[in-house]
Amino acid sequence: MRWVNRHVRRSDRILLGAAPIVLLLLVYLLMAAQRHAANPFDKILPLPGGMAQAMSALLFEPDQLSGQVLFWADTLASLERLGIGLGLATLLTVIIGLVLGVLPPLRATFGPLVTGIAVIPPIALLPILFIALGLGETAKIALIVIGVTPVMVRDITAYVASLPREQIAKAQTLGASSWQIMIRVALPQAMPRLIHAIRLALGPAWVFLISAEAIASDVGLGYRIFLVRRYLAMDVIIPYVAWIALLAVAMDVALTALDRKLFPWAHGAGH
Amino acid sequence: MSTILSLRDIWVEYGDKIVLERVNLEIEAGAFVSIIGPSGAGKSSLLRIVLGQEVPTRGRLLLDGEALTPECGPDRGVVFQRYSVFPHLSVLRNTMFGLECEKAPLTARLFGTARREAQEAATEMLRAVGLGDALHLYPAQMSGGMQQRLAIAQALIKRPRILLLDEPFGALDPGIRADMHTLITRLWRDYALTIIMVTHDIREAFKLGTRVLALDKRRHDPHAPHRFGATAVYDLPLRNRQADPEPGQVVVPPPAREEAQEMMGHG
Repeated sequence: MRWVNRHVRRSDRILLGAAPIVLLLLVYLLMAAQRHAANPFDKILPLPGGMAQAMSALLFEPDQLSGQVLFWADTLASLERLGIGLGLATLLTVIIGLVLGVLPPLRATFGPLVTGIAVIPPIALLPILFIALGLGETAKIALIVIGVTPVMVRDITAYVASLPREQIAKAQTLGASSWQIMIRVALPQAMPRLIHAIRLALGPAWVFLISAEAIASDVGLGYRIFLVRRYLAMDVIIPYVAWIALLAVAMDVALTALDRKLFPWAHGAGH
Repeated sequence: MSTILSLRDIWVEYGDKIVLERVNLEIEAGAFVSIIGPSGAGKSSLLRIVLGQEVPTRGRLLLDGEALTPECGPDRGVVFQRYSVFPHLSVLRNTMFGLECEKAPLTARLFGTARREAQEAATEMLRAVGLGDALHLYPAQMSGGMQQRLAIAQALIKRPRILLLDEPFGALDPGIRADMHTLITRLWRDYALTIIMVTHDIREAFKLGTRVLALDKRRHDPHAPHRFGATAVYDLPLRNRQADPEPGQVVVPPPAREEAQEMMGHG
């Protein structure tokens, strides 16, 4: 049988999907055990016990300086920045993408500008943001917004502009104005695509968040990782990275579920 | 009967390619005009011009004696072969859309009594096209024939002066197509519609139409085939179907049919 025809059952799919992850974990444990056998004080590949010990202080005990439980303070600060940044980016995308997608004169005027901004590496703008906005929260959120918005706007603009001509003509024969086409025809149909764009933007958004926190911050997941790096504290870095991965996956799953729940018509409408 | 739509000396050119040349037509109120012709003869271009989706290079269009702006409007309804309905709206909401746009310019949504009235009007319209039991389905859940029924209901609720059909039944099974023929004939009579239909199915054109227009090139230059455009080479009035007791059972005068089929043969 050809491999293209080999479909995997649901139960098998979970097993198959878990296999490489378990394998990687095993390889890690094996290597860590080996290193610890040679040197019981090895810091590069900590064993799970070591990680648990290092993390328990961050997870349960308040910090002597700030009085906060660091792990949760870091998580809260990072999620807040990420949430505000992505929220603003989404809002801007809806407005700009819709206007540019539906109205050809505005697309002709501002399309090249959006493309121009999109090709600038956002990290290169970080110094400008720090100089202009200071080292506080604003600059970090601004980096996320500037980093992900142009790409999202381009995607939504292109998507809205590619809605069938027939549909736009039909709406006009039903008496719809440009505004009505925007809010009743283009916007609802762009929503599933918008969720998709947010999911794709999550990756870059995390990159910009961690970068901004690494360079200038006093709390946050990225800040902590770069701080403890000075002490080769892999027993903190690895659990933090795993936690970031978990948060990112949870957001992705939540967005997918939201998409299916809110826009059933885009998914075969409950056949 | 009075003229509802006039095309005066319409030319359509794309670059140096001439698609339509010197098209002069008078469409009478209550007519069911079928437009046939070989592929690339400009059938759909002509329909898009009447619709306002495309601007003719030269010539004028008059609706009820007044020049038309080159823009789609609620005076001309349309059903395309595909993409005529909004996939994100249920059948009922699709049909209410025209009423909502008219009565709520800012929100394009109705509330309270106005909403209930629009729902009733839409439901009645949907019953007329046979979708009375499918009010809450989404287009993706319906067959092609049901989607075209919806597209028709959606257009008719605006009571357009002219209904334009662009190969509306081209993608449907033969059985469904026959049902749709019966439906469109009934609606045409019940609502006293004026219909212009583009089709590539010559039997459909003669079965439904009260007048059949055949578009083709009058002249042909083998060295520059694109320099001559198509125009109405045949304009065949059929027996008035409104006097016919049996809908859809049109007797076409034999010469007309032969002539037309012969003409289609070289397309």
